[in-house]
Amino acid sequence: MAETETDIPKMKPRPIVRLGLFLMSHSLLASIVCCSAGVLALLLLPVLAKNTYISENALMPGSANPMLSNQDIVQANKLAEDLSDLDFKSAETAGIQRRRLIAQYISNLGAEASYHKFHPPMNRFHPLHFFATPDSEMIEGSTNCSIYGVNMVGIIRAPRGDGKEAIVLVTPYNFGRSSQGETLSLSIAFSVFSLLTRVTWLAKDIIWLVADAQFGEYPPVAAWLRDYHTPAFGSFGTLGAEMCCKTYNIYELEQDSIEQRNLTDGLKRAGTMAAALVINVADKNEPFEDSLGMYVEASNGQMPNLDLINIVNYLAVHRQGLRVKVEKFWSLLGSKWLKILGEVFESLGEVAKSLNPQWKFGIPAADYVEGTATLVSSLYYQALGIPTGAHGAFRDFQVDAITLEISPRVSSTNKGRRNEFLLRGGRLIEGVIRSVNNLLEKFHQSFFLYLLTSPSKFVSVGVYMIPFALLVAPLPLVAASLYADGNSKNLSPQNGKSTSSTTVAADELGITFRSWKWLNAARKVFVVHVWGAIVSLLPYFISQIPDCSPEYRFGIWVIFSLLVLLILYFILGFQLPLAQVSRYEKGEWAILKSVTISAVFIGLCLMSVINFATAEIGALLMVPTCLLACPLKLDTEACNLKSVTRMVTNLVLVTLSFPPVAFFVLKGVVEGHDGSNVGDFWIWVESLWAWNSATYLYMGMVHLPCWVLCLHVLLHSC
Amino acid sequence: MEIPSLVLFFTLIGQLLFIGIAFGSVIGEEEFHEELVLRPLPDRKVMGHFHFESRAPPSNSFGRHHHLFPKAIAQLVKKFQVKEMELSFTQGRWNYEQWGSFDPIPSNNAKPPGVELWAVFNLPQEQVDASWKNLTHTLSGLFCASINFLESSTSYSAPEWSFPPASGSLRYGTLPREAVCTENLTPWLKLLPCRDKDGLSALMHRPSIYKGFYHSQRLRLTSIASNLEGLGPGIVLEQTLTVVLQPDNQKNMMYSSKPNLQPGWSMSSIFGRKVNGRCMLAKSSNVYLQFERGLVSELKNLEKENGKSGDENLALEGFLSNPYFELSIKPDRIFQEVNNFHIKGPSIIYEFQVDKYSESLPFDLGLTWKIPIGWTCQQAPLHACRFLMGSGNERGAIAISLKSIESIMSSLDANSLDGSCKLQVDIFQVVPWYIKVYYHTLGVFVDGKPHAVRDIVEKIHVSPSKDKESPGVMEMVLKLPCGVKSAALTIEFDKGFLHIDEYPPDANQGFDIPSAVISFPNFHSNLLFLGDGSLNKSPIISVFQKKSPVLSYTEVLLVPLTTPDFSMPYNVITITCTVFALYFGSLLNVLRRRVGEEERFLKSKAAKKTGPVSQLLSKILAKLRRKKWEPPSSPEAASSSSFINSKLVFKVILVAAIAVCWQYYSG
Repeated sequence: MAETETDIPKMKPRPIVRLGLFLMSHSLLASIVCCSAGVLALLLLPVLAKNTYISENALMPGSANPMLSNQDIVQANKLAEDLSDLDFKSAETAGIQRRRLIAQYISNLGAEASYHKFHPPMNRFHPLHFFATPDSEMIEGSTNCSIYGVNMVGIIRAPRGDGKEAIVLVTPYNFGRSSQGETLSLSIAFSVFSLLTRVTWLAKDIIWLVADAQFGEYPPVAAWLRDYHTPAFGSFGTLGAEMCCKTYNIYELEQDSIEQRNLTDGLKRAGTMAAALVINVADKNEPFEDSLGMYVEASNGQMPNLDLINIVNYLAVHRQGLRVKVEKFWSLLGSKWLKILGEVFESLGEVAKSLNPQWKFGIPAADYVEGTATLVSSLYYQALGIPTGAHGAFRDFQVDAITLEISPRVSSTNKGRRNEFLLRGGRLIEGVIRSVNNLLEKFHQSFFLYLLTSPSKFVSVGVYMIPFALLVAPLPLVAASLYADGNSKNLSPQNGKSTSSTTVAADELGITFRSWKWLNAARKVFVVHVWGAIVSLLPYFISQIPDCSPEYRFGIWVIFSLLVLLILYFILGFQLPLAQVSRYEKGEWAILKSVTISAVFIGLCLMSVINFATAEIGALLMVPTCLLACPLKLDTEACNLKSVTRMVTNLVLVTLSFPPVAFFVLKGVVEGHDGSNVGDFWIWVESLWAWNSATYLYMGMVHLPCWVLCLHVLLHSC
Repeated sequence: MEIPSLVLFFTLIGQLLFIGIAFGSVIGEEEFHEELVLRPLPDRKVMGHFHFESRAPPSNSFGRHHHLFPKAIAQLVKKFQVKEMELSFTQGRWNYEQWGSFDPIPSNNAKPPGVELWAVFNLPQEQVDASWKNLTHTLSGLFCASINFLESSTSYSAPEWSFPPASGSLRYGTLPREAVCTENLTPWLKLLPCRDKDGLSALMHRPSIYKGFYHSQRLRLTSIASNLEGLGPGIVLEQTLTVVLQPDNQKNMMYSSKPNLQPGWSMSSIFGRKVNGRCMLAKSSNVYLQFERGLVSELKNLEKENGKSGDENLALEGFLSNPYFELSIKPDRIFQEVNNFHIKGPSIIYEFQVDKYSESLPFDLGLTWKIPIGWTCQQAPLHACRFLMGSGNERGAIAISLKSIESIMSSLDANSLDGSCKLQVDIFQVVPWYIKVYYHTLGVFVDGKPHAVRDIVEKIHVSPSKDKESPGVMEMVLKLPCGVKSAALTIEFDKGFLHIDEYPPDANQGFDIPSAVISFPNFHSNLLFLGDGSLNKSPIISVFQKKSPVLSYTEVLLVPLTTPDFSMPYNVITITCTVFALYFGSLLNVLRRRVGEEERFLKSKAAKKTGPVSQLLSKILAKLRRKKWEPPSSPEAASSSSFINSKLVFKVILVAAIAVCWQYYSG
């Protein structure tokens, strides 16, 4: 402003505009500050985690004494013994007999028993089913009659309830050959179920689903939920399945048994589901004490209400004395730099405490390391968008669900020890059901968006948004400043050359081109994004190729992607429409980078709405790469320390943010390097689209195109 | 307990005598009957059905008083011109599959959870609504329930022909969420002449009748217009209480060696009380034990297996002393159903008269089974089940699925001569307005195949909902082929949005869709009994004999709607205020500003010299910044702005220092 030496002082623009201009002119500093602050804030998250608390007062966990007694355990053991006695040679007959036995036990309790048949879903790529609601068309076409599973469903109608709501208990069980853990989980569920037929406090119906685990845990639960919510009346689906299963003789009922008569083949229903618990007993034993693992992540990073986790955690820790754990990255626990960081935070916390005893934000270094390991795993599984257990199927229908994996201490062969274990597990389930039963409304009080740093600590959305916001904040700034620079760079030499001599017409044309130059860059960005969309559709066709190893498929995918990129490059691509524009090519890479950064910004912000964890990790990878991207040619020409450092960083970042490289580096960090090959990436990607993960879309439509654009900027010939 | 009842008795007797002497113009007498039907159920439970009937014949002689008939009800009938009315309070669900749905008790007494009220008025069309509103308020006060919520036009409807035809003067409403408890029972008992002090109603020990699996109290009144001039209407008030209870010893039996052995019970074990004689004011006081058709036919099969001849007489008399069960009291009479249609055996009723029993010899009927026996109850031709489809907060669908019960359908098939046999099903469904049902999406599936609606639906009457005014009503007559195995109706809906103050306190639970009513007009649930004229005197038997269609209710549905976070109004207010402040601020700024004036002002300001203090400060600041201090040589905006900045910075530092000091010393 000082250089305008005129009589009349120039009008000051509005403060907000001034602030914007200021930030734009210092975009380098701002982006460095913001990015490092974002990373720092991310590292600070375990320190900022709050203790969980039960937000909904109506839950009242643990306020009643558990009613589960040894008599129920004895009954459950009897069932387990009877089941193991039915040891037939063929798994199929054993399965039929076992189902019949369970049905018999359920109806002896006075509950309703029914069968549910399903076909395991085909592993197919549905390009349009990413955000569609799960519907019955998914299973149409799978008319293979030989492969099907049969779930057992037991329903207790609450004696005085109105039957509008239900609580679901799920135990995966392989009827053909069951492992010891499955039998134990069945025993736990049965003991609770038999107790619940007698209690007087039941307000919601109880559904016990014994899921046929021969095709894994998730598909039977998902199939049952789909038939529960969207039954197919007309076409294929359940009816088709019934046609198929006519030869199956589970319906040959003995006429003398009255209980069997009540058994129906139709799917029985019981109201809207309030919550669901999936019970698993791990086959592996714990060395010291009984422990409980919680798996909560559902598809696309959806989480159950925090209150559900809280009551499970509260009851397990304070009532049953189980050790509760959530998933964590074990490899991070031993890392040195985390420990040092933790110690730094701890000492900082102590300093703050000495200044004012009320400032308590320091946590011990060991806690910090553990919290970080849990946080990273929580972030990773949310970002992956693949449910971590059978509970994921419930979240698709807005039902809060959680998988409880109870691991017994060693020496579970001892009978008294086994009964104690069953009693503990059963009382935990009973307590949770009783709490949910107390709840009049559905879960809504507590958080749905959070990251866990330990079973009793969480980071809420308000806190974990800050690192992301800090990371993406420099993007629009840098984009704007680059755009402004790119324009003015062309403007100034032109002004210097032709203050008066050039023709007015050419100048006007130049101005027009200048102001519309971003369109050219935008077109490029758009073409690359179209390429990204095509690349993400390619696996659909590749997966149709029969008999192909994952490595081979991955190779085909890469080759086709490159081919498509080349075609697009030559057809639509990057040749310029008018020769005159070449004059302004000097600043072209800056404009291109500016548009790329805008695209990244928009993509990340959209993704943060769909799956926050993906956006967070994507921002960590993509933001530095985009911000630093600068043509290598310029750096090699300059050849001083700064430019060499920039060049090296650029190369490292671009390598790291290429999705396969990122995958393998992460895999190496987590699992060690042995035995990873190229096919693993294909398998990983296949699992992403098989589970309809939005992360896949993000990778194909945002991450990969932007990475290509960054590469383009790096290799730009300016 | 005895003294008040005696006092009550004497005063009532005195009144009766007095009125009887004073007014001789009584045409009929007011009557009161009390009855109790007990019935063993197949799933080891026992159903108790209390039936009280009070009759007030058409008369002008009562003036404002009655002998036995409750005055509150009489006034209500008179004031609101109620022709017919039924009010039910229900807790729990009737298990149609286990407890049967093909006889008069389930058809009349199995009600949806919560409150159901319908009334027919003897009034011109335009006054019906007003009368209904007043009636709901009166009943709400009378029965301590929130029936007054039925006053709002969004919660009641006027079915055209699904209920007893009433040509537009019928109103129907339900409150599925109403909690039913003893505070509703007490006013109901007050309508009885003996309350729960004497007679059969003394059995109503609250903890035991509310501990059961089903509890439904019902009040039905019918006014009989007399054909004589100048007489008021006669009223029949029918009060029933249906409970399903479990005999206590069930728990011990569960894992016994004979799992099918039905538990033995007695009235004292299931109700916790005995009957000390009849209510003195009752004209008749009987207890009935009913064996259903399924049970009787099962017993007969056993009889045949044991080699005895399955004679009809044996069925009647032989059951008194038999190897299958034992009654603790010898029945006074036995009725057997005249069975000409049903393939199962006839239903048998044992009658016990309570008159003979007194306080010294209380009546305590017991039933003990000697052998394990199992049977199934007779069910409606199709078992109806209603459920929601879809997920998410945007849309969904309601599905009503009808599944055939084999035995009845086969008998129907046998009756039909050719394939033209049709099974008629009436469906009546009310949907609240915030569930926006699209009636054109009605889909009909018979045996898993989609059918055109006009092939199956013979008659349909739809009154679409109006937002915040009236619920949607759908009445349908379906004609299904007789051999149908399963049928399903689906209809789609959108979930509406409510205004913030229309949400109930527990909005996050979801919203209820009241039960649909499914009736089968071709099937009548009446039991015909052999017997003399004396039979007809018993009101319950006459109810049993009355021809009424088989009726069943479906489940109440819970629809989760989008519910706002109720702390949101605060946020909205905050955001709105901010936006308004910004908008008006900038608007005023634009309106107020004069660019020319400002320029002149800036110029004049620049002409002024800056003060010595500010010069000193800027010097210090320049030193701090390690720059050479330049005196403000040219009058520029920049220097003035830097001056302002330094002042501002100083202030900020001062405030921060104070804050740090404060924090340190106070904390």
